[in-house]
Amino acid sequence: MINSISWKNIWRNKLRSLVIITAIAFGVMAGVFSAAMTNGMFDSRIASAIELESSNIQIHNSKYLENKESYYFIENADSILEVVKQNPNVKSASKRIKITAMANTSASGAGVMLYGIEPDIEKNVTKISEKIADSLGTYFKAKSKNQIVISSKLAEKLKVKLKSKIVLTVQSLDGTMVNSAFKVVGIFKTSNSAFDEMTVFVKYQDIANIINLDATKAHEIAILLKENQKSDEVATQLKSKFKSLNVMTWKEIQPEVGMVAEMLNFSLYIFMIIILFALGFGIVNTMLMVVLERVKEIGMLMAIGMNRMRVFKMIMLETVYLSLTGGVVGMILGAGIINFFGKTGIDLSIYAEGLNNIGYASIIYPSIGFDYYINTVIMVILTGIIASLYPARKALKLNPAEAVRTEI
Amino acid sequence: MKVIEIKNLHKIYDEKTVPVHAVDGIDLTFEQGEFAAIVGPSGSGKTTLLNMIGGLDKPTSGEIIIADTDIKTLSASKMIDFRMKNIGFVFQSYNLIPVLTAGENVEFIMHLQGKPKEERKARIKEMLEAVGLGDRINSRPNKLSGGQQQRVAVARALASKPKFILADEPTANLDSKSTETLLEIMEKLNREENITFIFSTHDARVMKKARRVITVEDGKVISDERK
Repeated sequence: MINSISWKNIWRNKLRSLVIITAIAFGVMAGVFSAAMTNGMFDSRIASAIELESSNIQIHNSKYLENKESYYFIENADSILEVVKQNPNVKSASKRIKITAMANTSASGAGVMLYGIEPDIEKNVTKISEKIADSLGTYFKAKSKNQIVISSKLAEKLKVKLKSKIVLTVQSLDGTMVNSAFKVVGIFKTSNSAFDEMTVFVKYQDIANIINLDATKAHEIAILLKENQKSDEVATQLKSKFKSLNVMTWKEIQPEVGMVAEMLNFSLYIFMIIILFALGFGIVNTMLMVVLERVKEIGMLMAIGMNRMRVFKMIMLETVYLSLTGGVVGMILGAGIINFFGKTGIDLSIYAEGLNNIGYASIIYPSIGFDYYINTVIMVILTGIIASLYPARKALKLNPAEAVRTEI
Repeated sequence: MKVIEIKNLHKIYDEKTVPVHAVDGIDLTFEQGEFAAIVGPSGSGKTTLLNMIGGLDKPTSGEIIIADTDIKTLSASKMIDFRMKNIGFVFQSYNLIPVLTAGENVEFIMHLQGKPKEERKARIKEMLEAVGLGDRINSRPNKLSGGQQQRVAVARALASKPKFILADEPTANLDSKSTETLLEIMEKLNREENITFIFSTHDARVMKKARRVITVEDGKVISDERK
């Protein structure tokens, strides 16, 4: 019955309640939307880091990461790959030659990270093939040798286009420097300009022949999982199987992205906490007015036998209902806006260069998990409870004998 | 049977600065079934006396014994519980919960007492019929006249089956017709159900109906007449 009284009390002064409910609704909507923007931005960065750059897990020769020399390879890459693929959490895996190289054209030169890949297998691990526009070539042609896929950023730097020649200088296993010419067959573009500028792809067999690497060996095994959340679990399993090799998750490979992922949850809630903190003062003010207006009524309730706990409960529930009504409306509005922009995206192309330089896409698709809504509900309820403490204390301090004779 | 026994009751406000003897050594006894009015001019101490009998205010000294308990010794929380179980209140202005219907207002006190729903429902009907408002069970207070609201307040006070009902100036805001109706209802309940009513009032119409009139002045009982 006290629940019902509290709920009905909200609507005694509709205008006042609607004003504070609207303030809460807009505040929560802004909080949810800004969290969804941040989440969408970071999610896309993490997804791109995994799908285009590092995959979920990488395996290397334990000395390779200290000094990326071509002779620190994984001996029996093919058999390891077979074992890896048997893990039920693994979606796909590929072996790579990965060495530093010098890319030269008649006009310019640049140091690059060269990936020797098996295109048909690599397609299932990284999505670089999807980042090549139709007019900018293909992700390798079937039979031709010495093809190279580079980024538009590097193409611009080296002043090359499709079908241009690039001479790659690499160190073979015996330490000698070898040159070989490659023809540009595809130009890709991701949202990470630093990655784009540094990365080139050639066929595994072509570069293996050039550096005299046996075809069963590789510098890197990249593993894509069915679920990102399983990265740590699968990495632990693989570490126990391949004790002499270095097994790393994407968070370890790209610590800056890993840190973003670790801090994401915390950062998503900061804005909401600040909004609710500010709204809390508005709620306290409203509830103080409520208590002061109802001194006589509260006095009467205490006189007829409503104990302090019940008076407290009534004020607290009224505050929570007021907050929660605004919070739920705000979340519904926020969810609607997130749903809309989640489909259309928010185009921040005018900041594209800056965003791409730090690895972020210029179109943001806001998204937020259901758990965020649940946690927001909990935070709104907590705000209501905390905001009710002072007004409830005021109510509890009333002397019923004086309160029932008060004229307001 | 004694319902209330008051012994040498004192209430002094501002004891340490300028002491005001609001109640100054009152001894009174109320028996079951009394229909008594405490009267006196403003500032005479009648409301203070009523508040102390109702446990809303603590005496400085003396005893108020209700149901074998000296209520002065009860803690604040026990006093609230005691009031809920033993004392019915009707206040000067209507003091109903505006968001509840007449029926719900009557039910509320029984809800606080933890009475089962079936019992509550039956008693709501019985109480509202007793005050002549059986057909207004679903009306909100703002749809009732002042007199009707006071009758609901009486029904609410009765619903908890108290040992007596304290009514603080219950007719102060009512017109003559409503006052007459309210007094008739309370008198009928007093005669037929033997319910004890104690009023604090200025109203001559209440004094006329009361079978006992206690006059208080300067915190002392100066007359105690029984009709």
